[in-house]
Amino acid sequence: MSARLIPAPTELTQPYWDAAGRGELVIQFCPSCSQSTFPPRAHCPDCGSSDLKWQAVSGRGTIYSYTIAHRPPHPVFADQCPMAIAVVELEEGPRLISNIVDLELENVTVGMAVQVAFESIDDSDVVLPVFSPV
Amino acid sequence: MSLKGVAAAVGLGELAPARYTGEASILDLLSEVATEAIEDAGFKKSDIDGLVVHPIGGIPGFVPATVAEYLGLQPTFAELVDLGGATGAGMVWRAAAAIQAGMCTSCLCLTGTRRRGPFPGGSGKPAKSNEPGGRARARSITPKRDRSPQAEFDMPYGMLGANVGYAMLATRYTHEYGLTDIQRAKVAVDQRKNANANPRAIFYDQPLTTEDVLASEIICEPLHMLEIVMPSAGAAAVLVTSADRARDAKRPPAWLLGAGESVTHSSFAQAPGLDATGVGIAARSAFTQAGIKPSDVGLASLYDCYTIMVLLTLEEAGFCPRGEAGAFVESHDLTYAGNFPVNTHGGQLSFGQPGMAGGMSHVTEAIRQIQGRGGARQVPNLELAYAHGNGGIIAEQAGLVFGVER
Repeated sequence: MSARLIPAPTELTQPYWDAAGRGELVIQFCPSCSQSTFPPRAHCPDCGSSDLKWQAVSGRGTIYSYTIAHRPPHPVFADQCPMAIAVVELEEGPRLISNIVDLELENVTVGMAVQVAFESIDDSDVVLPVFSPV
Repeated sequence: MSLKGVAAAVGLGELAPARYTGEASILDLLSEVATEAIEDAGFKKSDIDGLVVHPIGGIPGFVPATVAEYLGLQPTFAELVDLGGATGAGMVWRAAAAIQAGMCTSCLCLTGTRRRGPFPGGSGKPAKSNEPGGRARARSITPKRDRSPQAEFDMPYGMLGANVGYAMLATRYTHEYGLTDIQRAKVAVDQRKNANANPRAIFYDQPLTTEDVLASEIICEPLHMLEIVMPSAGAAAVLVTSADRARDAKRPPAWLLGAGESVTHSSFAQAPGLDATGVGIAARSAFTQAGIKPSDVGLASLYDCYTIMVLLTLEEAGFCPRGEAGAFVESHDLTYAGNFPVNTHGGQLSFGQPGMAGGMSHVTEAIRQIQGRGGARQVPNLELAYAHGNGGIIAEQAGLVFGVER
């Protein structure tokens, strides 16, 4: 793929990145209050339960908002701008930050249906979930 | 329990924002504005028994003690406020609350930032090897000291700094309510007219037109460079004192009549919708405490890291109906001489954005105007002013109402 800021997983978040490495998007689900949560944490932000379970999700969502960054937000992105940075709302509810790839940038819209895809990061073993149009 | 009339701002110290401050330390800058604020009020240093500061780069901890010792103070109330652009406004109500609680009588609220530069490439920091002007081409790196969820889940995608988040805010706002480039540019242009009447503004001698804004480089769609604050350096101090001591000041008091605060998220991905922002929560609390309506206010001093933030705050604070901010700014003159004065100092867009002192500039201007010393840009017959601070990507909010009468 390209140069990135490399995430530094913790013991708690490692399953998220391991799943991405297998081509799966997982998020935490709370069996006691039936809420999905992101980003990962030790306790459910709704009910406080510490019994959060990793669950594979559909990987489908819609673009809540986006921007096309023309100036690199950090020097590591210098070779990749313009790039589409977005908030994606997953079908299961949680929103996350991602990139929209595999389309002409002028075609990105709010509300666009997207599907997770996976790309590896240069200089790293980490695989990053990104999104492309359905 | 309310903060209404418990305390007043009586002294101001503020450096004119500069692009760079050379070798002066942040403690030197804070010391300069602290001294100015004390003298401005006609107080003595021995009157000061409260101190509020914010996290300072290069001082890893014990910040209140470090600043207090440097200034020669031994406060009985020492506080650290970490609310980004809402820090200045958040400091002032905390000072009033400490006064109300009997913890101190006269409290200095200090903000500031230094920028050493310029370095080759025009930056305030030396270029790293992978930056433009540096040696190598871009390669992946792991953020070193940041262990926040954002470092792990947002930054890998380029979601860092503020431009990306506020651009997304503008995109979402435009999707929900409609907003044009020209409407956003109107905010920057009217505020520049205010700055052109403020000799201390960094863009004092530079006029600005809508065409200039729209012709400037697009940094993150839809935001142009001239809709974005320019980092600068400086410092600002506000001296807050009790109702009793306020009568001793050599300046007329700017009474704190109401305050509100809200923190809703950290990552923009977790922000509430545009109809449930913390901006509205903080502003409504402040107006309720003051017992006034937004329409009673004669000056709106609103945090303006980006043009979109002024528009959103106008409607979330209740100055215009939700979704109508674009039409509102088109049909109102936002200058000091206009029918709805906003950011009469020029806002950070045109006064300058010296870090936390940039957020404080909205507070100092509201106080200055309430005290009737706005000079060429004084709003006539001003009785009530609203100052709003905003931190992160609309994450942290603080609102203050100041009045001429207690």
